[in-house]
Amino acid sequence: MSKFMTWIDERFPLTKVWQEHMAQYYAPKNFNFWYYFGSLALLVLVLQIVTGILLTMHYKPDSTLAFASVEYIMRDVPGGWFIRYLHSVGSSMFFVIVYLHMFRGLMYGSHREPRELIWLIGVVIYVALMAEAFFGYLLPWGNMSYWGAQVIISLFGAIPWIGEALAEWIRGDFVISDATLNRFFAFHVILLPLLLAALVYLHIVALHKVGSNNPDGIEIKKNKDKDGKPLDGIPFHPYYTVKDVFGVAVLMMVYLAIVFFVPELDGWFLEKDNFVPADILQTPPDIVPLWYLTPYYSILRAVTFEWLPGGAKLWGVLAMGFAIVLLFFLPWLDRSPVKSIRYRGWMFKTMLMLFAVNFVMLGYLGTVNPGHVDLIWFKNVTWAQIGLVVYFAFFLLMPIYTKLDRNKPEPDRVTDK
Amino acid sequence: MAEDKTEESQPNRRRQFLTALTSAVGVAGAGAMMVPLVASMSPSARARAAGAPVEVDISELREGRMMVVEWRGKPVWIVRRSEKMLADLTEIRDQLADPDSTVEQQPAYAANDHRSIRPEILVLLGVCTHLGCAPTKKFERGVASGVSADWRGGFFCPCHGSRFDLAGRVFKNAPAPTNLEVPPHSFVTDNRILIGLDSEETV
Repeated sequence: MSKFMTWIDERFPLTKVWQEHMAQYYAPKNFNFWYYFGSLALLVLVLQIVTGILLTMHYKPDSTLAFASVEYIMRDVPGGWFIRYLHSVGSSMFFVIVYLHMFRGLMYGSHREPRELIWLIGVVIYVALMAEAFFGYLLPWGNMSYWGAQVIISLFGAIPWIGEALAEWIRGDFVISDATLNRFFAFHVILLPLLLAALVYLHIVALHKVGSNNPDGIEIKKNKDKDGKPLDGIPFHPYYTVKDVFGVAVLMMVYLAIVFFVPELDGWFLEKDNFVPADILQTPPDIVPLWYLTPYYSILRAVTFEWLPGGAKLWGVLAMGFAIVLLFFLPWLDRSPVKSIRYRGWMFKTMLMLFAVNFVMLGYLGTVNPGHVDLIWFKNVTWAQIGLVVYFAFFLLMPIYTKLDRNKPEPDRVTDK
Repeated sequence: MAEDKTEESQPNRRRQFLTALTSAVGVAGAGAMMVPLVASMSPSARARAAGAPVEVDISELREGRMMVVEWRGKPVWIVRRSEKMLADLTEIRDQLADPDSTVEQQPAYAANDHRSIRPEILVLLGVCTHLGCAPTKKFERGVASGVSADWRGGFFCPCHGSRFDLAGRVFKNAPAPTNLEVPPHSFVTDNRILIGLDSEETV
């Protein structure tokens, strides 16, 4: 065995890579519950790729055959229903995990120096994931697939001058059609998976360069022993590989319970209108994207002020785009001398909690009719407008409140809480 | 010393120039390569051909009824409006956002009170100007329409609640920014409409 390894190592740095990134990669010893989601996201990505490959063996990207081929997978392909539900539920699980992963970053300051690039690459992954989900949603060619794509692509039409031509170029036709379905299939199964794989690789390379943050938000590399190992670090393998396996078991219990018992989750993971084939003459009563995109859909619909120059539609699109672009500036908007929420003052804590609750509220509002009253007091559109203000306030006021905040002193060494 | 410097920097400057030139040619080449790749994603010849004009026979279309035909993959509505429907159009003017069709959502020959060539025959693109949903027809008057008590017939978009009258004009305070689009069309004979082509273009 060792002879074989020597033969390999002389030709490929296998042992070196293993040592550097697993057995002698020192991660802080105080990781908590929130540190499961990075490895779980990687697992779900792999599962989505595997189930996706299996689905492409039976799926037909043709507007006359697509809907029936999905039903064929569900009924006639051996275990096809299982593969398909793993894939459709998997997309929702992916976003649950990614949202928790991002919230962890916000809480413990993982976006701060020296991890700005990890955060930036992560936001690009998030955007690519949204695109991947959007393209994938057209493929079953259900009525919600069709009209959802119709609404989202016509958003590009709001861009002055080039909008209509751009929308036509994306669709490859004057309307959503076979050409659109075919290219969305290409984006969904080739372009974005390749991009995602490359981005995830970069995300991890950048992470391993600077090392993981931890719930205390302090650098473990500041305190090293005489061999140069961080005093508060433990090797990733076997300590965190074993921890992550436990996380995987818990995730699979939840994931498979949904797949087996409530794969549609009452319209939250698979919308009811998508069990009807696409019909160009019949709009579903409410066109809403799946839950993971609804916070931004809410922001889009919250802009109803016709007096804005260029019209409400254009500003709605701009607000939605800006809401995502702001994420890229987060590392520089945060001016606090401390990273972790444990040592921050009440202002940041309040704003972060408000932001999280508000994000969930925007998500909910994106799934209901703007004219109705589903929460208390106001119409949904009014709540969405309040939500839009809170969303932007969290980011745009951040340089002020993180400066004013009265923080607690950070400890020198990580704490075991 | 001065001589040495020029001797050293001369080939260096040449090298820099050549590097810059090579890079520029490379970027230009890559850019030129992008053109056919990007162009391949535009609507194909077949998709453009499917955008050809459609001829429709309206002899069977009765008064107060609507027919739907497909043009460029979009629904086109043709409505034969009654005298009463036409009379209603002038009465609701003050409830409309753009009663005079000032925004160019129609060919010049349809920029009139009834937004059509012949007053009774309305030709509209059945695509909501808000986000591209398909509005539904609500021709019954009053409460029976399910829209409002003073409803005089028109179209209602279920997505975001935009309302349009029987000339496709949008009501005030609706998310839709403009009136429904009137596609270019012309009469070949009294009972045959060509959708997708103006009469001027035919000549």
